[in-house]
Amino acid sequence: MARGDPHSELAPMSAAELPAPSRNGHQRAPEPPPTPEPGPASGPAVGPEPAVGLEPAAVPEPAAVPEPAAAPVEEGDVWDRRVAGALAFLRRRLTGDYEVDEFGFDPELTERVIQPLLRPVFRRYFRGEVTGAEHLPEHGPALVVANHSGTLPIDAGMLTVAVHDETGRHLRLLGADLVFRIPIFSELTRKSGGTLACNADAERLLRNGELVGVFPEGFKGIGKRYWQRYQLQRFGRGGFVSAALHTGTPIVPVAIVGAEEIYPLIGDLKPLARLLGTPYFPVTPTFPWLGPLGMVPLPSKWLVEFCPPIDTTPYADSADDPIVIFNLADQVRETIQQTVRKLLERRPDPFA
Amino acid sequence: MVTDIPRTVVVTGVRRFLGAHVAARLAADPRIGRVVGVDTAAPGDDLGGGVEFVRVDPGLSQLRSVLADTGAEAVVHLALATAPDPQGGGRAAMKEQNVIGTMRLLAACQQAPAVHRVVVRSSTAAYGASFRDPAVFTEDTQAREVPRGGFARDILDIEGYVRGFRRRRPDVCATVLRFVPFVGSRVDTALTRYFALPVVPTVLGRDPRLQFVHIDDAWEVLHRSVLEEHSGTFNVAGPGVITLAQAVRRAGRIPVPVVEPGLSGAAAFAKALGMRGLSLDQVDLFVHGRVVDITRLTTEYGFTPRSTPEAFVDFVRAHELGSLLGLGRVTAAERAILNGIRRARLAGKRSLDGARRPS
Repeated sequence: MARGDPHSELAPMSAAELPAPSRNGHQRAPEPPPTPEPGPASGPAVGPEPAVGLEPAAVPEPAAVPEPAAAPVEEGDVWDRRVAGALAFLRRRLTGDYEVDEFGFDPELTERVIQPLLRPVFRRYFRGEVTGAEHLPEHGPALVVANHSGTLPIDAGMLTVAVHDETGRHLRLLGADLVFRIPIFSELTRKSGGTLACNADAERLLRNGELVGVFPEGFKGIGKRYWQRYQLQRFGRGGFVSAALHTGTPIVPVAIVGAEEIYPLIGDLKPLARLLGTPYFPVTPTFPWLGPLGMVPLPSKWLVEFCPPIDTTPYADSADDPIVIFNLADQVRETIQQTVRKLLERRPDPFA
Repeated sequence: MVTDIPRTVVVTGVRRFLGAHVAARLAADPRIGRVVGVDTAAPGDDLGGGVEFVRVDPGLSQLRSVLADTGAEAVVHLALATAPDPQGGGRAAMKEQNVIGTMRLLAACQQAPAVHRVVVRSSTAAYGASFRDPAVFTEDTQAREVPRGGFARDILDIEGYVRGFRRRRPDVCATVLRFVPFVGSRVDTALTRYFALPVVPTVLGRDPRLQFVHIDDAWEVLHRSVLEEHSGTFNVAGPGVITLAQAVRRAGRIPVPVVEPGLSGAAAFAKALGMRGLSLDQVDLFVHGRVVDITRLTTEYGFTPRSTPEAFVDFVRAHELGSLLGLGRVTAAERAILNGIRRARLAGKRSLDGARRPS
């Protein structure tokens, strides 16, 4: 989090503000004796000023803003903290005062805007449940390999929410080059931690100790028909395995159930796809017919299960051996396929 | 094989800012005996004491005799045009200078037995910029697509000539430095002029990752390349990344997104800026961004340039870009809004309490 910096900037300002304005009728200025407001309403009686001053780390945002200035603020006032936090966030965005890494990942935007938008979709709309999160390492690299489905890569966003909620870590996704050809979407992907699916980027992220997420099925996975649901497609050339072997990273297979039903793909308008340069142009029971309304995903029930990690260090010497790579890729695929079947038994009704 | 400090150094391109400074800096170093600045036209400013200026014909046919007469042991090739100059012959002249100039220079070096060190200025434009490229380029990354800008293609040709030169003169230490764009207090390039515009056009829906190197650090790396032996190709960039939106905001400017409908739009984009020298290289850069790895530089030279954000801040400060959207103003607005909301909420609560109490 890009906290801490607002203090350094604003703290002197709040000090400078101390004597000046306010005094407009309110009897309380910087004095510690708290809130002469309707007694019990102020709840946990904590002096507004000194408490904030003493514990800047605990309550970061309000400390950043001149408390004694105009309006007095009660400690523990959630809304005040939210407003102050949102304004400070806005100021940092407007002045460019935030950090991005070399892949374009913007942790502050991800945590404050992107994830809060995706989280209710996963938790409320899709009623997402996560199991096996203990298989994700608390620190250090791991390659998270998932099945891909759902016509649009909604499952990618949901997986980042699941990983972040369970571990507090950011999943760095690898996306197809098509993603980076599309304006806006490409930047959203980079800012939320994604990068191009190529060995150079994957290995660089893994060497930096990141959690990297990949969908080896690619377009074959999300673009498959509804009647092929939950049948994993071919795993490309296994580039993800060689990245894991080169860096000695464990592979964590993950099975996602629920994405198949959000946009049941029943057809593909090939000429339109060719015109737009996309791998397919989806036809779902709702999509071209209902216009934009057809883009609302169906509210299926989602289950996400992380499987025990597969140690790749024994194969480190054969990182370029196609047989080893093929066998490992197959092992990962089989693990995901079996876990998907297991999860489907737990969820007989897709819209339960 | 001679590995000691060269006694005589020839610097090309001293008419330009970079060349003039590198020559002056080398001349100021007591370990170097003689510095000869070479260019096709006399430099506008005085080169300063210590640098001898030799004017050569545009065909560079005298270059061989210059190298022979001075007994040059090191050659620093900085005579590169990064953008076509409409008054100076446009793209054709630019290509002539970059490609043919380098070819002639390397041919002259090849025939000068005293030369044992050659430093060539290159650019990370050699990597191109496309949506299929990895996020971070190392020196060994091959560009997925041939860059469509003229400068980038010149760079590829230049590096090709250096490879050929290395084969023919394996005894010479050839250093190729791939620089990212320079920023600094006195740098005046298309890019720095771009950030000085009051409203800065950007490409809609794109926020490319950029890197800069501070001109002081670029000089330092060039200086060390002459004094020390560092054979090979090196990326020279400030570590870290700044996105275009960040850069525009940190410069206190307002970004204005412009749609980018293909190539013709790109040209219009350059024209709309009303500035010469914004080429297709830069348009691609502004769409896809480019970040390079500098591990090889830091391990080989034992030197790390100041970071990209630091270099950029220094540029903003030095150019005193009259900030339109400065930190001070935004902070004041933030405070005013917050206090307004607090007052309103307090007033609301008061009236509520007032209404409740009598009952």
